This record gives sequence, C-alpha cells and structure tokens, in this order.
Amino acid sequence: MSVDYAAQILEGSHRAAARLISWLEDEDERAYECMRKLYPHTGRAYVVGITGSPGAGKSTLTTALTRVIRKSGLKVGIIAVDPSSPFTGGALLGDRVRMSELADDPDIYIRSMATRGFLGGMAKAAADVVRVLDALGKDVIVIETVGVGQDEVDIVGVADTTCVVMVPGLGDAIQSMKAGIMEIADVFVINKADHPGSDMLCAEICARLDMDAQLRERGWVAPVNKTVAVEGVGLDEMWLSIESHRKYLLDSGRFYDNRRERISREALRMIHGELFRVVREQLEQNGRLDAAVEQLMNRKLDPYTLMRDIVTDWLSSSQCKRRRDEDTQS
Amino acid sequence: MARKIKMIMAKPGLDGHDRGAKLLARICAEAGMEVVYTGLRQTPEMIVAAAEQEDADVVGLSSLSGVHNYFFPRVVELMKQKGMEDVLLVGGGIIPEEDYDFLKKSGMGAIFGPGTPTTEIVEFIQANVRQR
Amino acid sequence: MFEDKVLKKIKADKEKWERGPLAKSLSKSPEAKPVFTTISGAPVERLYTPLDVDDVDYDRDLGYPGTFPFTRGVQPTMYRGRYWTMRQYAGFGDAKSTNERYRYLLEQGQTGLSVAFHLPTQAGYDSDHPLSMGEVGKVGVAIDHIDDMRVLFDRIPLDKVTTSMTMNAPASVLLAMYLAIAKEQEVPWEKVGGTVQNDVLKEIICRGQYIYPPRHSMRLTVDLIEFCQKYVPKWNSISISGYHIREAGSTAAQEMAFTIADGIAYTQACIERGMDVDSFAPRLSFFFNAFTNVLEEVAKFRAGRRYWAKVMLDRFKAKDPRSMMLRFHVQTGGVTLTAQQPLNNIIRVALQTYATALGGAQSLHTNSYDEALCLPTQQAVTVALRTQQIVAEESGATDTIDPLAGSYYVESMTDRIEAEVDEYIKKIDAMGGTLAAIEQGFIQKEIQNSAYRFQKEIESGERVYVGINKYTMEEPPPSGLLKVDMSVGQKKAAELAEYRARRDQAKWKAALDKLREVSSTDENVMPYVIEAVTAKATVGEICDVWRDIFGEYRPKEYV
Repeated sequence: MSVDYAAQILEGSHRAAARLISWLEDEDERAYECMRKLYPHTGRAYVVGITGSPGAGKSTLTTALTRVIRKSGLKVGIIAVDPSSPFTGGALLGDRVRMSELADDPDIYIRSMATRGFLGGMAKAAADVVRVLDALGKDVIVIETVGVGQDEVDIVGVADTTCVVMVPGLGDAIQSMKAGIMEIADVFVINKADHPGSDMLCAEICARLDMDAQLRERGWVAPVNKTVAVEGVGLDEMWLSIESHRKYLLDSGRFYDNRRERISREALRMIHGELFRVVREQLEQNGRLDAAVEQLMNRKLDPYTLMRDIVTDWLSSSQCKRRRDEDTQS
Repeated sequence: MARKIKMIMAKPGLDGHDRGAKLLARICAEAGMEVVYTGLRQTPEMIVAAAEQEDADVVGLSSLSGVHNYFFPRVVELMKQKGMEDVLLVGGGIIPEEDYDFLKKSGMGAIFGPGTPTTEIVEFIQANVRQR
Repeated sequence: MFEDKVLKKIKADKEKWERGPLAKSLSKSPEAKPVFTTISGAPVERLYTPLDVDDVDYDRDLGYPGTFPFTRGVQPTMYRGRYWTMRQYAGFGDAKSTNERYRYLLEQGQTGLSVAFHLPTQAGYDSDHPLSMGEVGKVGVAIDHIDDMRVLFDRIPLDKVTTSMTMNAPASVLLAMYLAIAKEQEVPWEKVGGTVQNDVLKEIICRGQYIYPPRHSMRLTVDLIEFCQKYVPKWNSISISGYHIREAGSTAAQEMAFTIADGIAYTQACIERGMDVDSFAPRLSFFFNAFTNVLEEVAKFRAGRRYWAKVMLDRFKAKDPRSMMLRFHVQTGGVTLTAQQPLNNIIRVALQTYATALGGAQSLHTNSYDEALCLPTQQAVTVALRTQQIVAEESGATDTIDPLAGSYYVESMTDRIEAEVDEYIKKIDAMGGTLAAIEQGFIQKEIQNSAYRFQKEIESGERVYVGINKYTMEEPPPSGLLKVDMSVGQKKAAELAEYRARRDQAKWKAALDKLREVSSTDENVMPYVIEAVTAKATVGEICDVWRDIFGEYRPKEYV
C-alpha cells in the first residue's frame, strides 16, 4: 500500500479520512499503523455528545447547532451513530437526510456509523473515529447517538460536553432518569420547546437538578436550554452553554482530569482487548480451549485454576517473548 | 469483523417519489449492507460529497421524473474528478430502455427499470462491488 | 337487513352446504390457495351471505343518494344527470405546447382541465434556479410568472371550463395567477370554477413537494381556503389527497384513513381561524386512487363517504348536508402500470375506471398505458380518454346509482374498511392529532410497511402481477416514446432574465415588500399574492419571501 493515508489526513483529505474510518469499522489491521502516526496530532478538538430518545430531533438539532458553530469559522466533524440490526447485521442510517444542507460545506465532515457490535466496544470505535476527525483538522466534533442502550451511554463517555435532548410530551424526563442519562448531562436541551408541556418538562428537570445539588456538591450545574431546532431557535444559547461548560472544565482543571481519566481508561481497554484477542486466538487454534471446556463441563477442572494456568503459561511462553522482541525492534 | 458493503441511496433532483428508493434501502440493509439514505432534493455535488465522506462502495440513484440523462452522468463526472472511479453506481426508476446504453457508456454500472426484482439488484451489487 | 328467522335459516343452510357439497368438492380438489386476500392484503372469504351483513341497517348505514350518510352517492341522480368530469392531467415543456395539448383534449370531448406543473414550480423555484437544472418542463409545464399562465390558457375561456391545479406548497401563487388571468378575460371570480390541490400534509407524508414547516404551510393553506370562501365561491379550495398515499404503498383502507385524518386537520385549522364549518366545508374536495381490484375500491369509496359524513356531523357539528359530502376526484393507479407489455395497462385502467364509476366519483383522470415508460404520447392519452367514454356511455355502469349496494361482499367490505379507518383515526387522535402522527412518523411508517409487504408478495410470487412475475416474455424495447425537448430549460432561463429586466421594477419591489410585511402578520396573504403576481413577481421570488420568513422544512425520513 503506497498511499500515505496519515499524511493525507493531516492535509485535510476527507477521502483518506473516510477510508481510514472504514478500516477502523472493519477492525482492519491496516488502520492501526495509520492511527499510530496520527496520534501525536490529536487531542486538540473539542468533543460534544448529543443524546436523547428517538424522536427528540437530535439530527435536526445537530444540524442547526453545526450551523451556529460554523458562524465562528470553526470546522466541524459529525459522527451520527445508528444501531445495526442484530438479525441481519445491516443498518439503515438516516441521519444525513436532515443534514443535507451541510453536505457540500468542505469544512464539515459527516460520517454515519452503525453500532455493529465491535469487539473493542462501541466507545473505542467512536474514540478512534474522533481521533481521525481531530487529525483531519476539525475543531469541534459532534457525536450524535440514540440514548437508549449501554453502547450509546458509552459513546457519550468520549465527549467533553454531553448534551441530553428531551422533548415535551413523551414522558422523556422520567424515562431518561431511569436510564441514568440525567447523570451524564452537562447541558440539557428541551427541543420542540414550542410544543405544549415544555414548561412542565423544564420544571421537572430543574427540580431534579435541585435535588441532586442537595445530595452532593457540584462545581457545575447543568443549564437547561430551550430550542426549536427546525426553526433554528435557541441554538446560539445552546452553543453558549456548551462553551461555558468548556470554560468551566478548563478553569477548574476538570478538563485535564477528565481527559487523563479517559485516556487511561481507553489505554487499559485497548490492552485488555488486544490481550484477550491474542490469547483467545491461540487457545482456539491449538485446541486447548475445547479441551478445557470439556473438562470444565465434567467438573474435572475449575475455571479458577484454568485462568491462572493460562495466564502463567502465556506470560512465560516463547510466543509472548517473540512478540515483545518484535515490538522492540520496530 | 467482516467488512460490510456501504451504500448511499440518493434521490437526485426535485422528484419526491421515494417509494422505490426507501424500499431498496430497507432491502439492502436486510441483506447486511449499511445503507445511508440521503433523502430528497440532492444535487450531484451533495451526492458525491456524501459518497466521499461515507467511503461508500455503492451509490444508488433513483429518478422518476425523467432527469436521469442529466443527473446520472453528472454524478459520474464528479466522481471521476475526485478519483472515485471504483465506486459502483447503479440507477433505477422510470428510465426508458433506449437510454440504458447512453447511461452505461457514461459510467453507470447498471440501470434497473420498473419491475426489477430487488433480489436481482442486491445480487448485482454483491457481485460487482469493489474491494477496499 | 334481514329478520332473525331468515338469518337463522340461512345459517343452518350454509352449514349444511359446508358439510355437504362444499366438503365434497374440497376433498376432491382443494382450492388454489389456503388464504385469499385483496391487493391490500385484506382477507377474502369464500362466500358472503346475509350473515355477513346482519348488522347493516339500511336507513342508518346506506340511505339514499344525496342524503346522509351519502354511502350511495353525493347527488340524488348521480351519472343519470351528468357523467363525472373527464379531466386528464396534462402538461409538459413550455406553456405553448401544453396549451396545444389542452385544446386538443377539449376538442376530443374532455370536460375539464388538469394542470401538471413541472417540479420546479411545485417546489417554488424558478426555471433558472440551480435546483431546477434538468427538471424544466419534464413532468409538467414550466410556469414561472403570469405571462406563462396567460399563454397556458390562451383561447380557453375560464368561465366555460373548470381547471384543476396540482399545486400545493405554492398553491396561492398559482391560484393568484389564474384569478388574475380570469380578470383579464373579464370573467368574474364568482363564475370561476376548479380545484387547487393545496394539500401540504400529504406532501410531507409522501409526495415530497413541501417547502415550509408544517405550521406555516397550514397558515397558507387556510389563507387560501378563507379567501376562496369569500371571493371565489365555486372554487374547491383544497383537494385532500389519498392518491399519493396509495402510490407510496398504502392499502386501500390506509389511503382512506390517512386522507380523512388530513381532512380533519384542515377542518380543525379552518375552525381555529374562526370560520364557521358550513362556510368552507362544502368546498373541501378529495382525491383518491383506483387500483385494479374493482370491488375493494368500490367498498373504499363507499366507506369513505359514510365515515366523512359522520366526522362532519359528529365531530364538527356541521349542519349543511353539503359540508358532509365526500366529493372526490380519482386518478387510476400510476404504480399499477407496468413497463413490461405496456398495452396490458389499457386493461388495468379500464377496470380501474369501472371501479371509479361504480364508486361514484365526481371526476376522473385515466392514466395512459405508456406512463411507466415516459410521459404519455398523444395516442396513449386518447386511448385513456376513450376508456372513460366507453365506461360512461357503453358499459351501463352509469345507468343506475351505486349498483353494487346490497352485495353481501361489497357491503361487508365497506363495513370492514370503515372500521379500519375508524381504528386509525382513534389512534391518531390519541397521538395528539394528524400533525403529531406525521411528526412521529407514524403515518409514514405504516405506509412504508405496507409497501414493503406488497413488494415481498410480488417477489415471492405469492401475488400475481401479469408481465412482472407471471406471463413474462421477451419484448423489443419500446419505441415512439415522448421526449421533452431538453432545450426548454435554456430557453426558459434566457426568457426569465429578459422578463425580470423589462418589468416595472418599482412596482414589482413595492408588491414584494408589501407581501413580506403582511406575511409576518396574521393577515390573509392572498390579496397581496395577487398584487405580486400582477406586478410580475415570479413563483420563485414569492416563495423566497416566505422561505425567509417561515424557514424551510427538512423532513424526518423513515425508511
């Protein structure tokens, strides 16, 4: 492969970024060499997560917010995540429809992404894509997901500022409380605020925030924004809220702490994932797994001993050493 | 992870008849593809930008208003300019057979007229899509 | 409809028949399929008897033509008085070539006009807008301004013909032009008759020619209805359309249900404007599809008439019987046509026309057999018109009113469709009304699921489609198709530049400024739209004023 994708991405090539993201999605080995080269150039972009239940108008909100961000000249990357079908493995990704008007702005990059069921978890996949867009030169990266499953909550963990979107009349507040989404919100957005019931929803959220504030000391109380995304109403205010959250993070040192924690978590997760992959591959190939499972079934062996044995064997194995040597050489 | 075929399904021009486009999007997704539906009123520029950003392997164009001879070659041309010749382009809708030759010569991979079984379209895509 | 004693005997006899002759026959040779369904997927029984219509009350459920609940028809004499209006949807290229087609059709005995506009006009763009590239004059006639409209109706007296205009988001602009031309022809507005589609909800649901967000679109819709009620009393100010819902894949019952749901939303909006229901409801008209399953279509039309009458009486407390009449135009099913063996389409259209006649429509467009291939040729249009004339004047379908009434099957299916409509309306009410149901994608998803089911049935061969999945054959590629001159676009663009340059700039600007000012208030925009078109503002310019004020609608797509 003679094309230097990393170099092209650093020069701002959407096409090269698009291909690298495909490799990441496919968990294709070719991606990692490239990612290694890009890593030093990442960490600069600000990441905004937008989540909420289906029908909350997240895509429209993302589009309208992007328009506001673009006014200040910042370049925007958008990752729109939709679920894959567990039955067919395919996916219908419809978020671009509402983002049509952004399609031919060369400073915006939009990528639709299906959840697939990544071995390393959706959060890792999303974090990788964020890094690609970061290296591509996007200043703000917006990740939009449906906030219903663990996958989606994980993705939001990649964001610096998480916006939770709700709409009046869907019993949203209660549902979201159950799902634990209230806890992750840095900014609340009541979209479709021209619909009846928006004041009540606002009151509900505020009451909940008050209760929360009594329970524990917090340096940041999530502001509640009202928007009518289809008409572009309230987006300037929403962006201001995001910016003031960013300022709070920077001033309080939380920005550094959060990112440090995230990087540590990610690194551990990657190590975990890779170790697991290599060990499993080996166990599957040499037939030891099958044999061990048979013994476990017959109660001739217990899984605790098996775990200890395998880890001990593997760490002292020649293969493990060879891998170490290879890495020091390269 | 096995790689998946990524498809863009687009309606060029002002035509609002999207029954076929939506049906095919759904059926391709059921066949395991990841299908990005772009919606109505797409200009060739918007379609090509979407294909580029999504790293699409296939772009499906649906037209029922008789604008295929204008739009399809325009999409092909823009793709060429961006060096995206390896993306498979397929078209469908109300397209008279006498236009097939012209459209294929201009770079469309296939044209599917009214009444084509969707299975035929899915199989064609699976057989002719690029490796990446 | 029957006495208990009679029903009891029928029940016993039927059981006897089932055990005897039927069972014997089935044991010798089973039926071709385990289940029979209509094209909409509705189950069809082997045999219908009085048992299936035992709860039909003649006076309550059927009554008499021209009286509540209008199941049997909206006029007392129906086609014995006058046939339906034969109205072929036509338009292509520029105004001049379409005007020629209109005059040809009128000479051939057509009784009303129906204007097909090209997509840029429908979407509120001028012919030289970037989004109009490739579209100019393609699926309809290119009308940018009042001069085009004048050419379109050249030598056609607007007090003698009625005109239907398939125009929705920019409906008020095109109606304004039409009324201005009427004035030029010295035809008073009270004498001008016709229809403007003006139905933006179905554009959002399935047809795609929307411009503004629903709330603002509804305002323009109601402005037009209110204006016509005051000044153009013979004009049908809206044509609430199920046609496109069916084309998008719905079942017959869904077509009726969602159209009535839209009708309820418009009626509600007019009442909220402060209009009395009986002041505008008589001018609400409808537009439906007709597929090839004749009996199901007839049942659909009858069920729709009965249900709408009840909606107007019970929900909206209408007093004028005319407010309760479901008057409708029909177009034969465009999606039922095949590109394969296109002459077969003539038969499909004939059956659909027959269904429409038996179903009691007020006007009809018959599709041309070549429409799955291209825009219709003159020959194909003529056959389509002749089909209507044969059904009207030879078949006998028009001699008596609602001839299928009393058929056990048709009455039973009428009841079933009405029940399904009622179920949908209740569901939509519970969601918070039609707009909410559209916003949540409920209606769109229901339609798409039906389209999907139908496609699967065709591909599995479960449902026969002649020429598609059965009786197919090799054919030479069709020839002699109508081609629209690609140069219309360039000609129109050049002509527009000149038009804009030579109009009275001060007058033009003043009219648009005034329109802008009024559009931000609650005042009815119609008079100012008429001013603007008269001052030579173009369709695109007027629509842009509203784009600035109202914003543009971006659909939520459900796939």
